[in-house]
Amino acid sequence: MTDIATTKATAALSGDHAAAARHAMLNRLRIGDRLFGLLTRSAAIAVLAVLGAVIVSLASGASPALARYGFGFLTSLSWNPVTEEFGALPAIYGTLVTSAIAMLIAVPAGILIAIFLTEICPIPLRRPIGIAIELLAGVPSIIYGIWGLFVLAPFLQVTLQPLLIHSLGNIPGIGGMFAGPPYGIGVMTAGLILAIMVLPFVASISRDVFTAVPAVLKEAGYGVGCTTWEVFGKIVLPYARAGVVGGVMLSLGRALGETMAVTFVIGNARRISGSILAPGTTISAIIANEFTEADGELYTASLIELGLILFIISLIVLAVARYLLMRIEQKRG
Amino acid sequence: MNRVYAKRRRRNFIAMSCATLATAMGLGWLMLILGALLWRGLAGLRPGVFTEMTPSPGSAGGLLNPIVGSLMLTAIAIAVGTPVGILAGTYMAEYGRGGRLTQAVRFINDILLSAPSIVIGLFVYEVMVRPLQHFSGWAGGLALALIVIPVVVRTTEDMLLLVPNQMREAAAAIGAPRATVIRFVTYRAARSGILTGLLLALARVSGETAPLLFTALNNQFWSLDLNAPIASLPVVIFQFAMSPYDDWQQLAWTGALLITFAVLATNILARLLSSRGSAKS
Repeated sequence: MTDIATTKATAALSGDHAAAARHAMLNRLRIGDRLFGLLTRSAAIAVLAVLGAVIVSLASGASPALARYGFGFLTSLSWNPVTEEFGALPAIYGTLVTSAIAMLIAVPAGILIAIFLTEICPIPLRRPIGIAIELLAGVPSIIYGIWGLFVLAPFLQVTLQPLLIHSLGNIPGIGGMFAGPPYGIGVMTAGLILAIMVLPFVASISRDVFTAVPAVLKEAGYGVGCTTWEVFGKIVLPYARAGVVGGVMLSLGRALGETMAVTFVIGNARRISGSILAPGTTISAIIANEFTEADGELYTASLIELGLILFIISLIVLAVARYLLMRIEQKRG
Repeated sequence: MNRVYAKRRRRNFIAMSCATLATAMGLGWLMLILGALLWRGLAGLRPGVFTEMTPSPGSAGGLLNPIVGSLMLTAIAIAVGTPVGILAGTYMAEYGRGGRLTQAVRFINDILLSAPSIVIGLFVYEVMVRPLQHFSGWAGGLALALIVIPVVVRTTEDMLLLVPNQMREAAAAIGAPRATVIRFVTYRAARSGILTGLLLALARVSGETAPLLFTALNNQFWSLDLNAPIASLPVVIFQFAMSPYDDWQQLAWTGALLITFAVLATNILARLLSSRGSAKS
């Protein structure tokens, strides 16, 4: 169509110098327009390609380990560079347990903060307090690590951990979870640091979805005499449930993949211990600690396979989170 | 007042107290962390930190080479990540609005936004460090760029979507082609928002450690060569903090103080910029 229009225009205006110049100008604009459109489109496709490229390259890097150990890699407990016996189970276990501890603390605390910010806080203070909480999310993870190692871990070693050992440690059944000496560093400390790190995510996403609850619904609740807590439990939370779950999953995705903060305080013990006070390791910590020192193809490949496992776990968690949050947005918009 | 009312009021009071307490705790963590940083970091802050190289254990020194290295790596990350991010965001908000590709990119981008950064490091190791047989500043910059891109894509798309359609229509009505409309009208209208995105991306990458561990590696000496391993502030903090030497740990705290305040200042600047932008529109 463009071609016909161009030919017609050329025929009608041939010989007219000004018209030819205008024509050339328009053509240039048209080509520029096409190019710019193409450029933006390829950039968008490039973003998509990154994800695929990450999976493919990790899988190819991990292939020696995949071929050697197969599915046994996921269930093996050993991690021995000398005999080249590698298994992922201690690292996967540590990743899951530290994240579980983090979520157990951060989810209730984050939701409570969101309640405070949407219901109780005086309006002029809402923005500054909200920003302060979000700044907590801006602090780089290495700072949490150094703080956890030098401030939090020694503090826990002399306060909370002896307390746990002497109280809960004696109860049969769950006592094993709190057995052993107080090291300071360990699985529980890592979980606590992670909790502090993901707290702002839970809080700010929950606040956003709570704010999106239509005021009329809340007013109706107050109108029949509900307390703030009842309005929250019976109206706000049921309305915002999918969004809160999405926010929680998003924070879980963060906690699973967090590297530096955990590496500092986990203690790097490549074994599974029943006690949460004992040192352990996580997928990201083991990669951060050993990757540059890994000699031998199988060692490197095993670490890359760990990375692939971590990436796939967090992909699934994050995809679920985004799906839930997207649904909330569609409902709102 | 009967017993049911009293019980409900008591329950409400307890819940609201817990909420207030949780907020106080959240703010308390921030104070504790900043306090510890100031307390331990300021003790080692002297002019030499900015003019001397990283020392060997037991001697005095500063953080000049990691500071410069970090600036260079961040500059590469922003220089590479920004154009790609802005262009992709432009496609999503302008050319392919609501389309299938846009929805797919938005979904994947949001996942990349929270993907574990150490995996990005492994990826760059696989595609760049291993084939070229050496660690390099370029690889570190590329790893950081991959973290910049999702942040920029997200904010660019959001900010372009906020530009009222009438502005685009007005420009198109006087005959401006689409690319011209975007470059001279929508970009200008969304400028402060896009800049906010860049600042947020900057804040995000300047503290990133994990992706640099096996891409840019580390370098104890002065080097501006991007084809060789290069020092960066976060990696040096990691190495020094985990070491048994007192002077190294002190330098790690000082470095941590510098990074945190740079990052928080960038964050606050970004917020000021975006709140001014939204107040205007």
